[in-house]
Amino acid sequence: MHVTSPVREPLIQGGKTYADVTEDICRHVEGKPTKEWKIAFGISLLVLAYGTCCLAWTWWEGLGVWGLNKTVGWAWDITNFVWWVGIGHAGTLISAILLLFRQKWRTSINRAAEAMTIFAVICAASFILMHMGRPWMAYWALPLPNAFGSLWVNFNSPLVWDVFAISTYFSVSLVFWYIGLIPDLATIRDRATSKVSRFMYGTFAMGWDGSAKTWSRYEYISLILAGLSTPLVLSVHTIVSMDFATSVIPGWHTTIFPPYFVAGAIFSGFAMVQNLMLITRVVYKLEDYITLEHIETMNKVITLTGSVVGVAYITEFFIAWYSGVEYEAYAFINRATGPYWWAYWAMMTCNVISPQLFWSRKLRRSITFTFFISVIVNIGMWFERFVIIVTSLHRDYVPSSWTMFSPTRYDIGDYIFSFGLFFTLFLLFSKYLPVVNMAEVKAVIRSTSAQLPKKIAGVAKVRQREAASPLFNKDIE
Amino acid sequence: MAELSGKYLVGVYDDDDTVLHAVPKLRKAGVKIQEVYSPFPIHGLDDALGHPRTRIGIAAFMFGVTGCCVALTLMIWTMGIDWPMIVGGKDSISLPNYIPITFELTVLFTAFGMVITFFISNGLGPGTHFHERFDVRATDNKFVMAINLGRNSMSEDEISRALRDSGAEEVNIKQF
Repeated sequence: MHVTSPVREPLIQGGKTYADVTEDICRHVEGKPTKEWKIAFGISLLVLAYGTCCLAWTWWEGLGVWGLNKTVGWAWDITNFVWWVGIGHAGTLISAILLLFRQKWRTSINRAAEAMTIFAVICAASFILMHMGRPWMAYWALPLPNAFGSLWVNFNSPLVWDVFAISTYFSVSLVFWYIGLIPDLATIRDRATSKVSRFMYGTFAMGWDGSAKTWSRYEYISLILAGLSTPLVLSVHTIVSMDFATSVIPGWHTTIFPPYFVAGAIFSGFAMVQNLMLITRVVYKLEDYITLEHIETMNKVITLTGSVVGVAYITEFFIAWYSGVEYEAYAFINRATGPYWWAYWAMMTCNVISPQLFWSRKLRRSITFTFFISVIVNIGMWFERFVIIVTSLHRDYVPSSWTMFSPTRYDIGDYIFSFGLFFTLFLLFSKYLPVVNMAEVKAVIRSTSAQLPKKIAGVAKVRQREAASPLFNKDIE
Repeated sequence: MAELSGKYLVGVYDDDDTVLHAVPKLRKAGVKIQEVYSPFPIHGLDDALGHPRTRIGIAAFMFGVTGCCVALTLMIWTMGIDWPMIVGGKDSISLPNYIPITFELTVLFTAFGMVITFFISNGLGPGTHFHERFDVRATDNKFVMAINLGRNSMSEDEISRALRDSGAEEVNIKQF
């Protein structure tokens, strides 16, 4: 039997019953879109439209419209790619790793966080397609027979590993998310009043009936999917970091990259989850489900991963000196004191100093401050990738080819495209699908709430009825 | 979901603990329970109902082994046999470099194979939502116990009484 310590706050507040959970979460799906939602959606669509125009021109005209030059061959495109993939990692951490650790607080946020993962990976993949320049040739990255080209793909290349890692990560995350959605889609189907919604939600609920047999298989496969997703998510950012680490560029050729990238990914991802959830909980009035405890716990994760990232920055710097390799040392001195010093120190301030402020309990329980720091962390993590990519490239071995990178309106426009895409998808999700996993919340509500005595009273009443029943007592007689 | 036919007694419970407590009591009293439907998983309920442990893990493992073999075969054949090539001074077949993709494809095959098995074994799929169910509130806040009268030797009244005594708030009759 699960006993909750009275010291610990209940996970779900407001003394919710099972029916209340259904009602609170389904309300947003069933009601008409609110004015705020329409305005937000309209803005997202406008942003997306502007971004699509920029992207269309990028593809029509070619990558020459970007600010790349022959020294800096990767810049915003790969910065944005790594940034978005990193953001995606928090969703998998919440849904898979915290499931393995039996962290019940994840139930209120895992649905939205996982949706964020999927949309972030879509945005990341769009930068992969963009930086190819000719996206209609994207299938060249797949292992297709020679007739499609002259050779097979090179399976020794981390770029090919990345194709497999990102596509596996995307599809497995999508499946995991969808499996979790099925019981909730069935709830909406069973409450639906219009024929259209009953048909749509019914089709996607796949005839779910909630039988004990189905639930036991469901729990089993959820556990295995979590067990698979955990190494998968770690492998994805490891492989992303290997895109850099297996090269011989000073500043990239570093064995510390895999753990450093994974920690950074979770760090920025949690910051994005905070941003999204803080808005969602207010707009959808989910304060009883996403409580201050949740926010505080996520802030603790941000502080932990932020500290790991900070240690990694310092280690990198130390090793650059300690290795005795002058090129490596120069790459780092150039980062901190060269023409891109402002990007380096923006990264250091945002990622190393700002999360340490959460050691104060007052600050980590402040909603405004949390939101502010989360934005700062995401800016810092964008600069981290920019620093790693651009400052390592812009001053190479030949000083005559040293140069600077400056983004054009298409670099910026294509980045704006990804924001438009992300928020459009997230807004559609938050309107048409339940933002909180109802089934999982119902499963934790009793064991972690203050209602326990009431439940015991209910059982006692049933026991009395049983004791009076001749059927149950016939073997005693 | 198996094809349902015949006459059923449907016990509707309000509480997960009550239903979990009722199942062994009823079974001991001789009632054959077909299935219990709930809005969320109740731990120990499948054991109490006497359902056999799921073997979906074995299927998942087999899919994983398949994925691993497919990945290795693909890479060894393309890189080492079909068009041998030396890249970066490494052997044309260099297993350490194949680890990432082997891992990814193992995960991919396991996840998809297992989920497809899950859908098939539960009879879930698009179009199945037209199937009739015992009580739609089972996806909201009720715990629904289905008892097939044709498979029980006890009388309808006796079972109905037993359901009520075990804590059911309602007992309904459902004919398919």
